[in-house]
Amino acid sequence: MTDWLTYNSLIVLQGVTLLGACSGVIGCFAVLRRRSLVGDALAHASLPGVCLAYLIIGEKHFFAMLIGAFLSGLLGIGFLAILRKFTRIKEDAGIAILLSVFFGAGIVLRSVIQQMPASGRAGLDSFIFGHSAGIVQSDVHWITGLSAGTLLIVLLCYKEFRLVAFDPEFAQVQGWPARLLDFALMLLLLGAVVIGLPAVGILLMAAMLIIPAAAARFWTQRFSFLLLLSAGAGMGSGIVGTILSAKFGVPTGACIILVCAAFFFISLLFAPGRGVVARILARQRNNLALQAQMKAGEEPPP
Amino acid sequence: MNAMHTVDSSAAPTIKHAVKVPILDVHDVTVAYHRKPVLWDIDLTLTQPCLLGIVGPNGAGKSTLIKAILGLVPLVSGSVQIFGQPVTSQRKRIGYVPQRESVDWEFPVSVLDVVLMGTYGSLGWFRRPGATEKAWARQCLDMVGLRDLEDRQIGQLSGGQQQRTFLARALAQQADVYFMDEPFAGVDAATERAIFSLLVNLREQGKTVLVVHHDLRTVPAYFDQVALLNVRLVGSGPTATVFNEGNLRQTYGGRLAVLETLSQAVEAQERTK
Ligand SMILES: Nc1ncnc2c1ncn2[C@@H]1O[C@H](COP(=O)(O)OP(=O)(O)OP(=O)(O)O)[C@@H](O)[C@H]1O
Ligand SMILES: [Mg+2]
Repeated sequence: MTDWLTYNSLIVLQGVTLLGACSGVIGCFAVLRRRSLVGDALAHASLPGVCLAYLIIGEKHFFAMLIGAFLSGLLGIGFLAILRKFTRIKEDAGIAILLSVFFGAGIVLRSVIQQMPASGRAGLDSFIFGHSAGIVQSDVHWITGLSAGTLLIVLLCYKEFRLVAFDPEFAQVQGWPARLLDFALMLLLLGAVVIGLPAVGILLMAAMLIIPAAAARFWTQRFSFLLLLSAGAGMGSGIVGTILSAKFGVPTGACIILVCAAFFFISLLFAPGRGVVARILARQRNNLALQAQMKAGEEPPP
Repeated sequence: MNAMHTVDSSAAPTIKHAVKVPILDVHDVTVAYHRKPVLWDIDLTLTQPCLLGIVGPNGAGKSTLIKAILGLVPLVSGSVQIFGQPVTSQRKRIGYVPQRESVDWEFPVSVLDVVLMGTYGSLGWFRRPGATEKAWARQCLDMVGLRDLEDRQIGQLSGGQQQRTFLARALAQQADVYFMDEPFAGVDAATERAIFSLLVNLREQGKTVLVVHHDLRTVPAYFDQVALLNVRLVGSGPTATVFNEGNLRQTYGGRLAVLETLSQAVEAQERTK
């Protein structure tokens, strides 16, 4: 009955919990900085790196594939920067170009790998669709270390990152290296994407960044709570999604994202203050109170 | 040749000490976006603390001039010094009120959070604002009359209140020179008077305030110095001498819509004289 709750699945759960927290927190910055689509593009841009790492090492080596993903994402960031600096191509068009060109290159490399006799190419597809059950203990060490590192950096530079995300020009006038901090945020975004890939997959990684942040936004107006709630939503959907996926034998990434989406719709409907239900109720209550006042012939409040 | 240069530059500091160091020295500044020049060869020197109004039509480059001075846009040529030093070394003495549209007001921060950002410069890396900073930020909120709204998310403020939040953040910077981009935009008459008296306060404390301003009628009453800008600097100096019909015509071109305002402005000036 509880055969899915093995030692290895506990290990996996530890991994997805941390990576959920990580994408929840970094996702907030991405959404507020209007970089949700950049997250999607970076996820897709990582595929050629993953494939090249596989080709070079000759087998599925978890950390090498993460490094490959990171490097090719870095190339993607450079590509966007060059487009912005030297052409007048609009940001969204640039992102679309990056996403499709890099992903296309990745698909070509993947088919090269699939024509090779070597086994273990399933490891590649787990990066595309997300497959946390394939994650083993040594992988989780990497995920844990990298997530913890990312969260620590955010904790340390909380004030600086928030300032740059809100008003980069003011930050620069105040003497902060605003460009550098902004680039650091971009690197953390790439980091969160890369960490999440093995469990969530390239195709759905952007949702993992955006949806927890969007759901959390319904519950709070404070930045610190937003980060905490979003981290919580990311962790929650990581855990529940992984368990459901193991139980029903469906891809992990999809399960995690569906749980995320459930969190989002619950927030959309039922969050106090900003949720749909709360808004409708508040409007009715206010209208009734005002109508009663009008009937009583009172003056409007100042 | 080379030797002479060396002598020149080493002699310069002693001369500078003899003369008063200008608060702001904009020298031959040209700025272009892509190939289109937006500021052309601007020279502007302020030696005395003052309230300076920067006036000109839409697209004249007023915001760009402020950004160029603050190092936010690259210069094609020219140089800027504040208190005789490059701007990068004078950050702590500079206060900035950007145009209101420059940030996302849906951002999840409270009014107090935003004002506290003004203290980040003196806090330095990693340190979080503490009780002292909060008390000071509240004092700044008091000065702009927003103390009651300190916990509001900034998107739930009116335009005038948002403007005053930015002003309070700049006050929290405790700077010596302030750059304000349209602090009077979209505020009602009472708020405008309150903001203006704040500026006068700053001026009385010996600070210099540069203000981008659109309402020509109030220029003579508000500013002791003005800079008339339309890509080129048409004129700058004491309002009484520079703010005249000829210069205004040159700044605004022959545009009919403003001509009426112009004559009103000049009338207002006559009255203040
Ligand atoms: N980022 C930019 N890229 C390209 N052109 C720009 C950019 N920012 C400003 N410009 C152009 O530079 C010129 C000056 O702009 P600026 O914002 O400095 O004008 P302004 O005097 O502040 O106008 P306003 O009164 O409308 O605020 C305008 O013609 C504008 O179109
Ligand atoms: Mg402007």
